[in-house]
Amino acid sequence: MAASPHQDRLKLYGAEFSSRLLAGTAQYPSPAILSQSIAAARAEIVTVSLRRESGGSRAGEGFWALIRELGVRVLPNTAGCLSVKDAVTTAQMAREVFDTPWIKLEVIGEEDTLQPDVFGLVEAASILTREGFQVFPYTTEDLVAAEKLLGAGCEVLMPWGSPIGSGRGLNNPYALRSLRAHFPGVPLIVDAGIGAPSHAAVAMEMGFDAVLINTAIAKAGDPVQMARAFALAVEAGRLGYNADLMQARDMAAPSTPVIGRAFSDRAHA
Amino acid sequence: MQIHVNGKALDVRAANLAALLHELDYEDTAVATALNHSFVRKTDRFKTLLNEGDEVEILTPRQGG
Repeated sequence: MAASPHQDRLKLYGAEFSSRLLAGTAQYPSPAILSQSIAAARAEIVTVSLRRESGGSRAGEGFWALIRELGVRVLPNTAGCLSVKDAVTTAQMAREVFDTPWIKLEVIGEEDTLQPDVFGLVEAASILTREGFQVFPYTTEDLVAAEKLLGAGCEVLMPWGSPIGSGRGLNNPYALRSLRAHFPGVPLIVDAGIGAPSHAAVAMEMGFDAVLINTAIAKAGDPVQMARAFALAVEAGRLGYNADLMQARDMAAPSTPVIGRAFSDRAHA
Repeated sequence: MQIHVNGKALDVRAANLAALLHELDYEDTAVATALNHSFVRKTDRFKTLLNEGDEVEILTPRQGG
């Protein structure tokens, strides 16, 4: 179980990373704070998107230049897509612009919770893997959906912790533990809903390979400091997992040896 | 000819997708294109002819989560 830090690297589709914190790039107060936060988070992978731009404003070009300066790997998403067709087309467009086969595949099935449509997700993942994409599906913690996604060619899964932007943390730890136990060799990244560094640490202690954080850093009072807090939490959680956590128990167990305690020959009153 | 670009109706002169990007000042920017919900590669833009009522999407890198 124990691995030295240089051996304990995150492996995703054949690429290796030191950091287990993936960072989103949305909602930051300014481009400068975005850059400083990515650095403080020590993120090596950031998520990006494609959006419409009005002719000539070139805001997208400035953003893309900023991301390239960071020297990180980009994971484009299909955020907001409500159909297989839109998600596939958006992925194809993203591959050309960002020049990467990686795609964080979102097919949203319910707009209040932004819950993934796992049926559409499996269909879109099948199409994209056949086209040579390396798909990172944003999914629920559903075991059967996970199995189908792996069957569709996904080598990584991104189960939600709780709804996007909610900050609720890990809503269903039982199902997440079950997912982890069922797919021990599959990189699993908890995506969405993580609101506090402690949530990220718990996910890492549970054995998840990485976490993706956006709103919790971007909307913090001090995003740069929060990014550092998350970096430490992810590292601490991973170290804790590698060090093999003790088993919880219902009753007390004295940590100080009982034998040799003073007055131990005296009966309880 | 009237087409829809990024959801807005526009009267354009361009006969193909490459000419449309030039006409709308997107030339030399990092954009991806789709015509009627299907992706059009950069290399196919010149030969992709536009027709009345077409729906064109022109997307550019943006912040994402």
